[in-house]
Amino acid sequence: MEQEPILEVDNLHTHFFTKSGVVKAVDGVSFSVKPGETLGIVGESGSGKSITAMSIMRLIKDPPGKIVEGGLTFKGEDLLAKSEKEMRSIRGDRISMIFQDPMTSLNPVFTVEKQMVETIRAHRNVSKKQAIDRAVELLELVGIPSPRSRLKSYPHEFSGGMRQRVMIALALSCDPEVLIADEPTTALDVTIQAQILELLGRLQKELGMAIVMITHDLGVVAEVCDRVMVMYAGKPVEFAEVTELFDHPKHPYTWGLIGSIPNMENRQERLEAIKGLPPDLRALPEGCSFAPRCKHAMDKCQSKDPDFKEESAGHQVRCLLYEEEEVAVK
Amino acid sequence: MTQNLLEVNNLKKHFPIKKGAILPKQVGAVKAVDGVSFHVRKGETLGLVGESGCGKSTTGRSILNLIKPTEGEVKYKGQNIAHYKGEQLRQLRKEIQIIFQDPYASLNPRMTVEQIIEEPMRAFKVPASERKPKVEKLLNVVGLSPYHKHRYPHQFSGGQRQRIGIARALSLDPELIICDEPVSALDVSIQAQVVNLMEDLQKEFDLTYIFIAHDLSVVHHISDRVAVMYLGEIVEVGEVEELYKNPKHPYTQALLSAIPEANPHKKRDRIMLEGDLPSPSDPPQGCKFHTRCPFAEEQCKVEHPKLKDVSTGDHQAACHLVNEVVKEPVSG
Repeated sequence: MEQEPILEVDNLHTHFFTKSGVVKAVDGVSFSVKPGETLGIVGESGSGKSITAMSIMRLIKDPPGKIVEGGLTFKGEDLLAKSEKEMRSIRGDRISMIFQDPMTSLNPVFTVEKQMVETIRAHRNVSKKQAIDRAVELLELVGIPSPRSRLKSYPHEFSGGMRQRVMIALALSCDPEVLIADEPTTALDVTIQAQILELLGRLQKELGMAIVMITHDLGVVAEVCDRVMVMYAGKPVEFAEVTELFDHPKHPYTWGLIGSIPNMENRQERLEAIKGLPPDLRALPEGCSFAPRCKHAMDKCQSKDPDFKEESAGHQVRCLLYEEEEVAVK
Repeated sequence: MTQNLLEVNNLKKHFPIKKGAILPKQVGAVKAVDGVSFHVRKGETLGLVGESGCGKSTTGRSILNLIKPTEGEVKYKGQNIAHYKGEQLRQLRKEIQIIFQDPYASLNPRMTVEQIIEEPMRAFKVPASERKPKVEKLLNVVGLSPYHKHRYPHQFSGGQRQRIGIARALSLDPELIICDEPVSALDVSIQAQVVNLMEDLQKEFDLTYIFIAHDLSVVHHISDRVAVMYLGEIVEVGEVEELYKNPKHPYTQALLSAIPEANPHKKRDRIMLEGDLPSPSDPPQGCKFHTRCPFAEEQCKVEHPKLKDVSTGDHQAACHLVNEVVKEPVSG
């Protein structure tokens, strides 16, 4: 069953023009998501994963930020050609986003009811009463007990997990076709995280939406994603199906990430940390951005920036180790 | 058998809730820590895990007397230090130090790295001639360079700042370090660097750690023994492998099953906990976990379970549904 991708990102470049130089936060990201599929974007702070999400939503503040190159296509429509007004009708309706911190992304001075009704009525031509009924239905869907009375509560009256559920309910209020979840469980405890991930999975099955899951947690990726893109310093360094990525990781950065996680089954003597620090995005090293931290760096890595190439079916990697002459060495 | 460096008996910290503007009256208490007992042996790492609000940080701070415990004993090398004050308490700080979670908030932004690291030595009147070389030595030890000493905290990344915090904690050659979520604010690759560093330092300086964290996989990696907390109480404690492989308390089982593992092939039977943590100002009667426990019975609602031996090894749990294992008395 081959489905058409619903969202396509093609060679996206988002740069920030600051006083101290140009920050290439996203520098050549491409991917596509199909309905019902979960795509993971993994990387550490500053790798550009959140800016990728914000770019899709066209939420990059200009100035200083700007999408300088690339294409964003949603169901065949060019998102970059849309006016702000048109984007507003898409955001929260057909493409929705859940943010990491539910405390700062809900408005503290309005009740949940007011915020939900506002969102629903911005996109749907319904009466206030119908909107409230819809809000009750949504809160019930995400598992908030006694939803009708909870609607009158303010965000601070909810616990962290419950607030994240409210955020999800809000994001789902207009049955979006694409849900972008930016670290949706990072601020939560593991038992609550398990609840939220299960909820998202269930809702995805029921509603058939595509999810772009942005996270730094490889455990979350292994659990919920179908395909994964690993990002480093604004660029994708590896892209594969989830089982392929964990079974046959190809990029040294992915090796490092996997080695950095303590293994619960067999305790390692030492964690295989990646040495050094992520680079300054204003002054990226020449050649491969990861070369200064890479155990396998060769001379040519200092000068040549590798291409992002398909190494095996559906598995792309950006590394000179897979240049033809090197394959023989391995 | 190694001696116990620290023994905590029935430690309680209740924060009063007051009402009334002019003559405030106590109307209740947040029972952040409610009767915690454990011991730490010299040279080992005790992991303290639990979800937010379970009282693990308050426990750590009560040991150091940064928060005055309401009740209970903290015995360090046989001395009860819970009631220490003034100079006595100050002297204790030489031996017990703390590393904080947030490397951004725990370093004074107006002090250079050198000043930050030598501050504890200055407080204990270590002469300048000894302080300077020690700062350089410590910077090397934690993987920074002596030339960093004139820089300010904002010039460093999160992982580097945490290294500075560790250097500061080491400056007085402490025996016991309380590590309050030392790596949770860091990215995974940096987290691994800091965890490795802490393990190296433990070997080099014969340190004892109390490692407080909510990340169960990091705790598994670094700890020798682990205590699991829920609503201000220890529900299970034991040797790390035994506790992770064979958890007895339903909360520990749920907590462990909730960790997403970086292995897409593994399909696990997850124990889903319903609902949220109850409020510590009004904890449930009986077993505090019974409101979320999938196996709760009548007895659990009434009777409060005590920690008991659940295997022949070093492993205790507080649950009515787990059978007690009677250990053979050690002969000889």
